[in-house]
Amino acid sequence: MALEDRNEAWRDELRKSISGKERTSTPRVKMNELDAKIRARSYDEVNQGLTEEQARKEATRCMDCPNPTCMEGCPVGINIPGFIKNIERGEYVEAAKVLRQTSALPAVCGRVCPQEKQCESQCFYKLKLKKEPVAIGYLERFAADFERNSGKMEAPQTAPKNGIKVAAVGSGPAGLSFAGDMAKLGYEVTVFEALHEIGGVLKYGIPGFRLPNEIVDVEIDNLKKMGVKFEKNTIVGKTIGTKDLEAAGFKGLFVASGAGLPRFMNIKGENLIGIMSSNEYLTRVNLMRANTKESDTPVLRGKNVAVIGGGNTAMDSVRTALRLGAERAMLVYRRSEEEMPARLEEVHHAKEEGVEFMTLHNPIEYIGDEKGRVTTMRLQKMQLGEPDASGRRSPIAIEGGIIDVPVDVVIVSIGVSPNPIVPNSVAGLEVSAKGTIVVNDKLQSSIPTLFAGGDIVRGGATVILAMGDGRKAAAEMHKYLSGN
Amino acid sequence: MYKIVDKEFFSENVVKLEVEAPLIAKARKPGNFVIVRVGENGERIPLTIASADEKKGTITLVAQRVGVSSTKLTDLNVGDELTDLVGPLGKPTDIEKYGTVVCAGGGVGVAPLLPIVEGMKKAGNKVIVVLAARNKDLIILEKQMRELADEVIIMTDDGSAGKKGLVTNGIEEVILREKVDLCVTIGPAIMMKFVSLLTKKYNLPTIASLNTIMVDGTGMCGACRVTVGGKTKFVCVDGPEFDAHQVDFDEMMMRLGAYKELEKEDLYKIGK
Ligand SMILES: Cc1cc2nc3c(=O)[nH]c(=O)nc-3n(C[C@H](O)[C@H](O)[C@H](O)COP(=O)(O)OP(=O)(O)OC[C@H]3O[C@@H](n4cnc5c(N)ncnc54)[C@H](O)[C@@H]3O)c2cc1C
Ligand SMILES: Cc1cc2nc3c(=O)[nH]c(=O)nc-3n(C[C@H](O)[C@H](O)[C@H](O)COP(=O)(O)OP(=O)(O)OC[C@H]3O[C@@H](n4cnc5c(N)ncnc54)[C@H](O)[C@@H]3O)c2cc1C
Ligand code: FES
Repeated sequence: MALEDRNEAWRDELRKSISGKERTSTPRVKMNELDAKIRARSYDEVNQGLTEEQARKEATRCMDCPNPTCMEGCPVGINIPGFIKNIERGEYVEAAKVLRQTSALPAVCGRVCPQEKQCESQCFYKLKLKKEPVAIGYLERFAADFERNSGKMEAPQTAPKNGIKVAAVGSGPAGLSFAGDMAKLGYEVTVFEALHEIGGVLKYGIPGFRLPNEIVDVEIDNLKKMGVKFEKNTIVGKTIGTKDLEAAGFKGLFVASGAGLPRFMNIKGENLIGIMSSNEYLTRVNLMRANTKESDTPVLRGKNVAVIGGGNTAMDSVRTALRLGAERAMLVYRRSEEEMPARLEEVHHAKEEGVEFMTLHNPIEYIGDEKGRVTTMRLQKMQLGEPDASGRRSPIAIEGGIIDVPVDVVIVSIGVSPNPIVPNSVAGLEVSAKGTIVVNDKLQSSIPTLFAGGDIVRGGATVILAMGDGRKAAAEMHKYLSGN
Repeated sequence: MYKIVDKEFFSENVVKLEVEAPLIAKARKPGNFVIVRVGENGERIPLTIASADEKKGTITLVAQRVGVSSTKLTDLNVGDELTDLVGPLGKPTDIEKYGTVVCAGGGVGVAPLLPIVEGMKKAGNKVIVVLAARNKDLIILEKQMRELADEVIIMTDDGSAGKKGLVTNGIEEVILREKVDLCVTIGPAIMMKFVSLLTKKYNLPTIASLNTIMVDGTGMCGACRVTVGGKTKFVCVDGPEFDAHQVDFDEMMMRLGAYKELEKEDLYKIGK
């Protein structure tokens, strides 16, 4: 346990090597980014990562607290000082190992976790010093990238095969993490995926300028090396039923089918040409590569593009619109910027790239031309009222405050619902009114051999929670199948 | 995977492909469709499963060349493989004994009609098929339909085969002649619209199978949405078959044109 043990001699020495004052007076590192003007027209990754020097310096800011509050902010309890101190002493691969003890996807989470709401919000700097927190996310990414680029990333050891077949339904972060842990335990794992590519939202949703595909592919390759089988183009509940899987000898099933169904607002004109869900827009670009000339899949490139919503999906869509050549890319959100659920970094990046924020506006109608193409969106101006059930101040319409804005493409990004295919196809499976699969604290559903996690259980949530669920379900299914 | 084991031209632009897909062959029901992709840059396009051979583990698709993707598909030969094939998708047709069923198809709609005709016949219905096209050369699957149906009526715009007239003339002839319990129609949106208007006049329950633009085919994107009875529905999961009298065909036709300009730009890929 030398790697992350706070009482190891090297850790003690490290703590003493720099004074607390020096640590706390170091300013927070700035991420190296592509220039906003250039990147707004390119699919290259915006964040370029930290250099070794930057990372080590940032790592010295971490006070190695005896009671690290940051870990309480992490949904899966990563040993944060444990990995950061390994960076400080220059042992980057070891740092990655500490991360991997808890997280199956550190290179992904380092890029997409809402750190400002999780670990970094609970950092000593933030809580006690009222200073900018240690850049935990950047450091996580640094260690994971270093490991990947070092060529020292090996597929984890797997226990001798136990001959027991288990399956994951869906290849998003939950399914992939489950597969990895079960393979390590010696199970024969098959991952079924409905689409023609593996990775779930990490591939079809989150764009490459935030999460390059290669990063996900490395993880998938590792799983393949560990013996995990992937069956693409296979919809469990359509192509093959859960009963068929049972008959084929699968002893346990982990359903991680995500929350892939787009919601619309059901307002007048919403079916006009040019109005689509963020899922359609992002799928056309990210999965079907409609932005490239070679692709046979088309995508509408508008001059005036409006994206409705304030979450990560909305940010990804509006920034995609810029990259597809929009002259005016607008984000229309009915509350104020403070209530936006998107990651803070994405909000900053979107603004730098030239996205126009129209907060406290809500579309009420779309108007089209004679060919049925949208030309105008009618917006209702809003103001904030009392806090609602979510604790956020709820928006109320300002009487008479209506404006018309010219648009040729509108992306509706107001949330997603659970994918109903598996819930509808399994007899006896308990499903909530919202359509999520009901599970107990062991992530086990009303059918004992069927476990579930990620967005199909939580509704639209986060990568790290999905990853955590995948790992937990693996541990619990293992206990269940081995009779403990 | 997804190897083509048989290919036959029904007409210059209509091709039958038999493809290896054991799981789909086993799971499919009449009315289901698949999504097909040809090549790494290929588009995902929906095609109805015309028939299936569970023992052989194959499904049959009938595709009409209309643009880039359907051309790439129909250019494949026996021994070639589809890049991706997923299904069966959509809700199956409600096959039961209705009495007399008129199945009216035009253009690409004729192929998807085939399994429905077969199913309806097996369920004990009297099945009358109306096939319509601009001219004789564009009439497809007549032979197969004749083998299955009680009667086949051919309608052509120019009278070069069967009777001169539109699909609606053929249907109306049957309605005026005998009691019809159900009409099933598949074809271009404009055709289905007029069939629907006609049968509404006679209060004849009518099912239309909608061929909207799709991407995933699993309810994930909403590209396929239509308005049915004033509500937005996703054709890939709520359909593809709906009560024709409730469908907003004008909106559907409009939405089918969404990518017209962009599709034209891609035609160079098939040498046009
Ligand atoms: C555009 C976008 C941006 C986001 N940005 C962030 C972010 O920055 N940070 C963050 O933490 N979270 C973000 N999220 C949310 C995060 O991606 C999800 O919470 C997470 O991916 C959920 O993981 P999952 O494994 O449960 O499901 P998913 O990633 O949704 O994967 C589910 C997979 O299951 C497949 N599937 C569905 N049904 C079946 C079936 N019947 N048979 C076989 N396969 C099936 C689907 O095709 C899909 O590939 C974002 C989401 C989107 C859409
Ligand atoms: C559920 C479903 C089942 C279908 N079953 C079959 C089938 O069994 N056999 C078959 O040949 N086709 C079928 N189609 C239609 C088929 O998917 C389209 O013809 C195909 O996607 C066209 O692709 P493309 O790239 O070749 O043409 P594109 O370049 O996309 O289009 C070329 C021209 O065809 C028109 N067009 C495009 N899509 C459609 C459409 N869906 N319906 C009518 N016209 C269209 C366009 O407006 C354009 O003018 C089905 C569609 C659906 C939704
Ligand atoms: S095709 Fe995507 S939802 Fe129907």
